[in-house]
Amino acid sequence: MATIRIPTQLRSLTGGAAEVDVDGATVGELLKALDAAHPGFSERLFDDDGRIRRFVNVFVAEEDVRFLSGLDTMVGERQTVSIVPAVAGG
Amino acid sequence: MGFKVAACASTGNLANSVAAHAARAGMRHVVFIPADLEAGKVVATAVYGPDLVAVEGSYDDVNRLCSELASEHPTWAFVNVNLRTYYAEGSKTLAFETAEQLGWDAPDHVVVPVASGSQLTKIAKGFAELARVGLLDEVPSVRVSGAQAEGCAPVATAYAEGHDHVRPVKPATIAKSLAIGNPADGPYAIEAVRTSGGTLASVSDAEIVDAMVLLARTEGIFAETAGGVTIATLAKLVSQGVVRTDERVVAYVTGHGLKTLEAVSGAVGPTATIAPTLAAFDEALPHAGESA
Repeated sequence: MATIRIPTQLRSLTGGAAEVDVDGATVGELLKALDAAHPGFSERLFDDDGRIRRFVNVFVAEEDVRFLSGLDTMVGERQTVSIVPAVAGG
Repeated sequence: MGFKVAACASTGNLANSVAAHAARAGMRHVVFIPADLEAGKVVATAVYGPDLVAVEGSYDDVNRLCSELASEHPTWAFVNVNLRTYYAEGSKTLAFETAEQLGWDAPDHVVVPVASGSQLTKIAKGFAELARVGLLDEVPSVRVSGAQAEGCAPVATAYAEGHDHVRPVKPATIAKSLAIGNPADGPYAIEAVRTSGGTLASVSDAEIVDAMVLLARTEGIFAETAGGVTIATLAKLVSQGVVRTDERVVAYVTGHGLKTLEAVSGAVGPTATIAPTLAAFDEALPHAGESA
């Protein structure tokens, strides 16, 4: 069981919940489980090729999964996965 | 707009600006920076009295934290997060002022430092808009080129590889103001460069320092590391023939050198330290009295 932090923009899909607990061993499994529990996430998170959309960042324990194993990144029990829409600055 | 707190995630320059403006407006301000920013930027922000939060991580960590905090604090105006549209549009003034100072004309080519990619994108937009509102007689053709540090060049790398899928990197460069490893506006910057006929290039830290010194010694302008990135890239593009000698070129030098003293303090310093005597001076600078 891991916790997924939901950004404000997508909380309408979770009934306003900022965090959702789901089962899964990898980031990909967890996000699929998230969509199963709250339909609509897959369309918002994944492109037609099943990859995370360009302007969506996913972090496991504060590390961008693109520096880890992407959707195959293993997620430990009670770790937090954060979905953070892309914003830049400087 | 109902916001109670001014805030931002910053590599330094935005922090200075937000803190100063918020102080003048009498508004509470919370500013987030990487903990390892240059002392000049830290002091130049802290002096205005914000809650200055130094985050133990990269700017990308700061940015992510602020994105999440913006959700939790709806009355906080994160200038480059939830107020980003205003912040981004503000960069157009760089194009407006350039055209104004050129007598309401556009340059042939501009060289712009690239961190998030937003500034370059909006400079291109600014020049285009001047024709729409009638301040330029015709739609300008400005070649827009971007400059990055080799230690953080995700946008230049994607451009060189021929696509716009910007892969994030872990920054490792003295150009901390440009150290955004995950630039969300990168694809838009690449599009602006490609459609305008410009290019994107990157330069080493050594080239950056050399360019900072070159700019100071030839133009009397002391720029921070981002300025060094721009000038070093300009030099590289000229040597490659990408920037042509018949073009009127504007290089955007975007920050003062006092903000990044650490970058050049090892390269420059006193010529001599002497006792206050004529003899000591003559010994230290024996050729001082000779004609140049």
